[in-house]
Formats: sequence, C-alpha cells, structure tokens
Amino acid sequence: MNSNRILNIALAVYVGAIFLFVFAPILFSVVFSFNSQRFPTIPLGSFSTEWYVKILNDPDIWQAALNSLIVSSSTAVIATILGFCTAYSDFRYNFRFKGPYLALILLPPTIPLIIMALAMLAWLSKLGMSGQLWSIVLAHSVLTAPFAMAIIRLRLNQMDPELESASWNLGGSEWSTMRYVIIPFCKPAIISGLCLAAAVSFDEFAVSWFVSGLNKTLPVIILEIVQGNIDPQVNAIGTFVFLISMTLVILAQIFFVYRQMKSTPT
Amino acid sequence: MTKPLVVLENVQKLFDDFIAVKAIDLEIYEGEFLAIMGPSGCGKTTTLRMLAGLEEPTMGEIRMNDQVMNKVKPHERDTPLVWQSLALFPFLTVIENVEFGLKMRGINKLERKRRALEWLARLDILDFSDRDISTLSGGQKQRVALARSLVLEPKILLLDEPLSALDAHLVIRMQAVLVQLQRELGITFVYVTHSQSEAFAMADRVVIMGNGEIAQVGSPKDIYRSPQNQFVAEFVGRNNILSGTVSNLRKSGALIKTISGTFSVDLKTDSLTKGQEASFVISADLVHLSRSNPEAENSVHCKLISEEFIGSMVTLFLEDISNHEFKVQMQERELSKFDLNPGSDIWLSWSSKSAHLLTVN
Repeated sequence: MNSNRILNIALAVYVGAIFLFVFAPILFSVVFSFNSQRFPTIPLGSFSTEWYVKILNDPDIWQAALNSLIVSSSTAVIATILGFCTAYSDFRYNFRFKGPYLALILLPPTIPLIIMALAMLAWLSKLGMSGQLWSIVLAHSVLTAPFAMAIIRLRLNQMDPELESASWNLGGSEWSTMRYVIIPFCKPAIISGLCLAAAVSFDEFAVSWFVSGLNKTLPVIILEIVQGNIDPQVNAIGTFVFLISMTLVILAQIFFVYRQMKSTPT
Repeated sequence: MTKPLVVLENVQKLFDDFIAVKAIDLEIYEGEFLAIMGPSGCGKTTTLRMLAGLEEPTMGEIRMNDQVMNKVKPHERDTPLVWQSLALFPFLTVIENVEFGLKMRGINKLERKRRALEWLARLDILDFSDRDISTLSGGQKQRVALARSLVLEPKILLLDEPLSALDAHLVIRMQAVLVQLQRELGITFVYVTHSQSEAFAMADRVVIMGNGEIAQVGSPKDIYRSPQNQFVAEFVGRNNILSGTVSNLRKSGALIKTISGTFSVDLKTDSLTKGQEASFVISADLVHLSRSNPEAENSVHCKLISEEFIGSMVTLFLEDISNHEFKVQMQERELSKFDLNPGSDIWLSWSSKSAHLLTVN
C-alpha cells in the first residue's frame, strides 16, 4: 500500500511537471501582458492594462483580428464539410485503393508547414490566386480537413450500421437518411470538428504569412511587431489568441467526450 | 390464408463466391404468422433482408401483390423490419423514434403525433414517450421498435430474431404480445429465429432452412412429429434417428433392419421397395421405458449414459450394445418410479405408429 502511495505521488508530480513545462511560457506571456514595464524583467512593475488599451486602439490589429476571424470560421466550415464527406465515404463504401485514399487525405498535417507554405504560395500564385484572404482559407482548409475527418470518422465507427438501413426500411430516402440520421448522429463530432479546425486555423502562422499578402492575420501581425522592436503588446495579443484557441479546443473536447458518454449504448 | 401476399420464385443470393441462399421457392400468405428457422448461416436473415429490399436477389424473382420487387428500393417498400439490434435512433426520444417513418412519408406533425401516441399506448409505453432511448430497459426498447414499425400500418411485418437479447421471462411475455398483435391486426408476420421454442410457440407455419435451402415447410406439429429429412429431424432435436435397409414389406408397413435391430414402421404410402436404404425417427417423448424385456415389436436393450433435467421434463441419453445413441424424454415424476442411475440397464420400446419414415435423405 505504502509504495503504491509513493508511486501515485511521483506520478502526480510528473504530470504537474509536464503541465508546467507546457504552460509556463504561456503563463509568463500572460503575466507580462499586465506588466507596466516595457521589458520583460523580474521584479515586475505594477499591474497595468496599458498594452491592452494600446492594441484596442490600433486599427491594424483590429483588421488582423477580423481577418483571422473570417479565415478561421470559413476554414472551419469548408474543412468540416470536406472531412465529413471523406469520413462518410470511408464508412459507407468499400473500394479499391481505399487504404492509399485515406492515407493521402491524412497526409497534409505531416508535411512540414514551411514546405506546405512554400508549395501553396507557388501553386496559388501560378493560378493567380495568392495574396487574397480566401487564399489563406483555401490553404487552411487543406491543412485542417484531416482533423475534422479523423474526429467524424471516429464517431461514425461507433454507429450501428443498421441505423442507416433502418431509416431506409422506414421509408427514408438516401438524402433524408443523411439529413435525419447520419448528420444528427455525427452532430457532436461535427461541432468538435468545426471547433478544432477553427482553432488550428486561428493559430496557424507559416502558411498564412506566405500566402496572405497584405491581408495579415493575428499570428502574422505578432511576428511583424516582434521583428520591429520589443513591444509588450504582443503579450496582450498572444493572451487573446491563446484564450480563443484554448476555448475552441476545450469546446471540441466537451462536445465530443460528453456526447459520447451520453449516447454510449447501455 | 388463401391468396399469397409474397411469392419467392427460384430466389438465389450470392455474396461473391458464397452461396447464402440457393434457389428457394416460398409463398407467404396474407395474415399468417410465418417463422423461418434454422441454424446460424442458413440463409434465413438473408431471405428476410431480400424481402425488405436490403439485398437484391442474384437470381429469381420476389413478388408482392403480383408486383415484381427485385429492383424496388428499400424506402419505396412497405416492409418494416424489427431488427435484432433493434436499431433505434439513439439521438431521438421514444416518440420521435416512433414518428420517424411517418415523417419520412411526409405526414404532418399533428397526425404523426396522434398516431405515434396511439401506438405507444397500445404497446404500454406511453409513459416513456419523451424519454431518451438509452434510459429504457430491454423490454421497453423492444416495444418501441415494434411501435416504430407498426405505426406505418404495413401489410407485412418482418422480424429478425427480435427477442434474442431479452431475459427468458420477458421472451415469454413478448411472445404473447406478438401473437396477440398479429391476431388483432390480421397482418402477415415473417419471423426469423434460431429458437425452436419461439417458432413453435407463435407461428402458424414454420420454414426450416439449412445451408441456404428450405428443408421443410409445415405447421409446428408437422415439423415436430413428421420431419421430412434427417436435417429437420436433427435440428428439431430430441429425435431418435435410425437408418438401415428395408428387409420386408407388409400391408401396413415395413420392417427395417438397422445396427440396433429390426424395427417395424407404419407407412402411409407404398414408397419403399425391399432392399432399399431407409431412415426413420421416433420422437424422444414417444419412447417407453421398462425394467424387463417388454416382448414388444420394437424394443431395444440400453444402458443409461446421462440425464438432462429441465424443470418438470427429463431427457435421458442411452446407448445400446452397438453404441447407438437413444434419447427418451419424460416427466420427472414418472422417471422417479424407475430409480435409474448412470449405467443402469433398461428396455426401450415404441409403437410402430410412432415411428416416422424420413422421405428424403
């Protein structure tokens, strides 16, 4: 019993250390965003919301935030639709080369972002489509669709395949079955997918920076500020971006895990 | 019961190279309770799925009311199915599940609700109408599944082992519910099961399937007392099967020589010739026991091997000198008179009227 307790404490300390390792830098950034001093040094100065007031009064940052919002929400919708269609085609049909098909779809997140970004820039500018806001949307959709697809596919795997047949049997056409059975069943996963794709897109820097042209998103503008000088307002923007991403990811978790618990067959 | 509602003609189903159903012919009548019974993998569920349009026959024709159904999509048919897994929609409430089929048929909200409530009341689950499916017990889910199909007022209801997930006492209750519903509604039930007790308890006619073929069609009593072939005799169980050659033909029957002795079998037709191979069965419950040689026409001296006790009935497993197995089924209180132990010697006998000749081998 005693050694068990020691082990438990050791494990708790270990988990705590990992969380500290992951979140300490972000925590520092949050703390410094409320610090009155210009340079991030200890001891801290007094509590101040100066940097937040500064970013709120900066039209460039407002524009970037708006861009980020448009990009991430459009990306979420497109990526989730793509992800859903792919997951459903995997669930419903058996065909030759299904393995390679799925592998190709899951590939984009494994490609180094910088290479992806360069490739996207080259490709989109060849087609004359770079430098637009929706160039970023397009690139981000490719990048985030696999996340949505993975999460929806997981949900579909839990579905009794006879639910679909049961709907046909009761007079539902293929389309009605999609609308009244498949989509409602996948709803928690679809919402999770939307949140996750939005979070990934909202944070993404490399691809946005390459293809955005003059339409800067928040991560891009952060880099520009940092390149110019040391300005604690990046901490304030960072805190804001972190909060949004974290909220989206947590929402994704809640929808997926909670609904799953609720609808697990007893 | 005169006009066939559904006709299957030479219907075959292949899955790649596997033959699930081999060219079967079957007529299903209006208002009958038909059970399709057989071991797993015999093609019974595939046959049912073909009736629902979920599988298309590879060959042959399925007609309903004289209309060829082979190419008709499942949602264009009126053949609701009660699934083995029930396949209730977990994201809908009880009443929404029952309304589903009506909604798909474009019936308006008020009418949908009225009809769904009527069926919930009829199946005694009105109190659960707004509950989530996951909060119901097995028996209640069963009733929701039935209501969901019956609310469509079909002419035929397909049931795929719907009671297999229920506790034994609930199975008996649901059997009574199903039989009563079928009588009251007067519609056709096609009930697929591997359980003999379910099929015999409920069905007007039973279809026995094996290896994708129909082995026998008949009333439960026909199947039980007059199996046509060895497959049915073995599947029904509790049958003693003896095989041998015809050694003599008489006016009323035949003498058949087997390894356990020569026995007489009453014949209804003159289908046998001398020297021909033949098999016959005697139901385990038609065999008598006696301590001493009964000096009867059909008797065998056996040793008791084991007994199986199921409530008031007992099945004895015995062997004769040539190690052929015999089964005897009797009331427990009758058996207690004999005071038997494994290894005890005992005589079996039966009337030649109880012996039933298998027509096909």
